[in-house]
Amino acid sequence: MANDKFVYVTYIRTTPEVLWNALLTPEFTRQYWFGVTLESDWKKGSTWKMVFPDGRVTDSGEVLEVEKPRRIVLKWLNEWMPELNAEGFSRCTMEIEPVEGATKLTVIHEIDKSQSKVIEAVGGGWPRILSNLKTLLETNEPLAMTKGGCKSAA
Amino acid sequence: MDDVFKALADPVRRQLLDSLHQRNGQTLGELCEGHDMSRQAVTKHLAILEDANLVATRKDGREKLHFLNPLPIFEIADRWVRKFEHGRLRALDELKKNLEGKSDGKR
Repeated sequence: MANDKFVYVTYIRTTPEVLWNALLTPEFTRQYWFGVTLESDWKKGSTWKMVFPDGRVTDSGEVLEVEKPRRIVLKWLNEWMPELNAEGFSRCTMEIEPVEGATKLTVIHEIDKSQSKVIEAVGGGWPRILSNLKTLLETNEPLAMTKGGCKSAA
Repeated sequence: MDDVFKALADPVRRQLLDSLHQRNGQTLGELCEGHDMSRQAVTKHLAILEDANLVATRKDGREKLHFLNPLPIFEIADRWVRKFEHGRLRALDELKKNLEGKSDGKR
């Protein structure tokens, strides 16, 4: 079975509800996710897109499953890098689980092919995003270097 | 963070991580190959790695698959690296402002 995926797990001192909002609300995402905003009504079957500050769409797809605030599965297509776009849809699952004193976030990104460039690319991006998210939620401080990319570092 | 360093302090456990880095999502049986150890010993090492959050597991049918979770290592690196990166981005930002003539008057 040709399948390529990664599974990332992080523990964040917050509640599932706050984490859910942080993952899916534009005001939150642009503070830790390289300045992008995620846009959708997050209902099953709805479309979603990820947008750069300058309006370019980076990724898009469809909401496959949603169970607020525990689990969301997104069909995912890269829109701006031809070689990643050529691989077609991948799938991203985010699972949120309360554990003692914290919330466990599992992000699984997978595609039905082996040696995927998409998985390689997102595999490198997610650690930074998740680490920023953790810092933001645990300290309540936006990260200077990631607010809208390099621009607002000063 | 102590857990992470302790987990990484053992050569067998580092080998297991290397193996997952090479091929993610292996079963216990696959991870035992190439090790001159009992399944129990490997299971014990994997449990330590999982407790340190360096390995994440998923059920796939009847199989339990093991995945390398790089986040704790990333966070350790980030802890001592971020401020240097910040400085580099600040320098770029200054350069951009100067080149675009949009200095805020401070310099």
